[in-house]
Amino acid sequence: MKKPRHLFELFFEFFKIGAVTFGGGLAMMPIMRREVVETKGWATDEDIMKILVISESTPGVFAVNAATFIGYKIAGFLGALVATLGVIIPSLITISIISFFFIQFKELTFVSYAFYGIQAAVAILIFKAAFKLSKKIHFNLFVSMIFIVSMILALLTSINVLYLLLAGAILGILYGVIIQLKEAKKA
Amino acid sequence: MILELLRLAWIFFKIGLFTFGGGYAMIPLMESEIVGRNLIDINTLYDFIGVAESTPGPIAINMATFIGNEAMIQYGILPRILGSVVMTTAVALPSFIIILLIASLGSKFLDSKWVKHAFVGLKPTVIGLIISVSVALMLRLVFPLLSLKNSVYDVTIFNYKNLIILGVLILINRIYKKISPILFIFIAALLGIVMYGLF
Repeated sequence: MKKPRHLFELFFEFFKIGAVTFGGGLAMMPIMRREVVETKGWATDEDIMKILVISESTPGVFAVNAATFIGYKIAGFLGALVATLGVIIPSLITISIISFFFIQFKELTFVSYAFYGIQAAVAILIFKAAFKLSKKIHFNLFVSMIFIVSMILALLTSINVLYLLLAGAILGILYGVIIQLKEAKKA
Repeated sequence: MILELLRLAWIFFKIGLFTFGGGYAMIPLMESEIVGRNLIDINTLYDFIGVAESTPGPIAINMATFIGNEAMIQYGILPRILGSVVMTTAVALPSFIIILLIASLGSKFLDSKWVKHAFVGLKPTVIGLIISVSVALMLRLVFPLLSLKNSVYDVTIFNYKNLIILGVLILINRIYKKISPILFIFIAALLGIVMYGLF
């Protein structure tokens, strides 16, 4: 496997990836694969697969997960740091500039009209994202119950979302233990 | 001031730590943690999600940068970029630390049955949360006074323009399933201008 000549080269590569990716981390993966695996030869397809699998079962911002993992594979801790900074800094620059004008910009009449439409689009995009995620899990009775209860509680009460996540994790562990005990009894 | 900055950074650290399944999973968390503390209002949050979708970069990072900037206005701290840098760092830090540990120590702990069991419960919880956010947003667009969370069931104001916009967008989405989010948001913006500007 090749190595970047300099950490700056690594930074610049991930900066490019961060600057051209629209719509979140998963959209970034094909571009990252093309640049880092095909063009530069710094990592392998296996590395890309690994980070996809790891991200399935770890929390966090997907793009940062990918940059940290691939950066570490390429050049250790500094590589991870430089790649992560690279992928973040384009956002930081773009959004900072937009933020300075955003509130005033929104007060223009026709822009405020536009944002009624944009909010509706955002609602649909969020729904689509949830639907996509739901295709990746297997809905048995337990999983469906958790899904429905979490949705209803979040919709109808102002309960802290973190408690719901915590409850979900604990129930998952309890359920896993019960299933295991049942199987142990059968055997 | 520094204390407020750190407190907000801690919120973003938590948001980064409890985000599963892409940037959208953090929206319910942002709504309860950021809007709940009156740092920005709920309309600004969803307006900016539209912007974050149509600008480059991960949504989570874009949102942290924006809210960091807005919060500095609230706190009266002048270099607003400071808030953006701190919040963006805070939201990225959990990912960075966890992946660094996995990359250096191996991913054995992920094979632990406890982690797997926890995720069996976590994933449907997250999906339920994301759907609730979407449904609440649609309801609020059509019935602006309705607030299920606060037990306000006022449906006397009915925004038919938003209902039409939603209907058209759902239709577009059914027909062009692979439409890019940016184009989708652009069409939605035009629809908004047409519905509110012309009628």
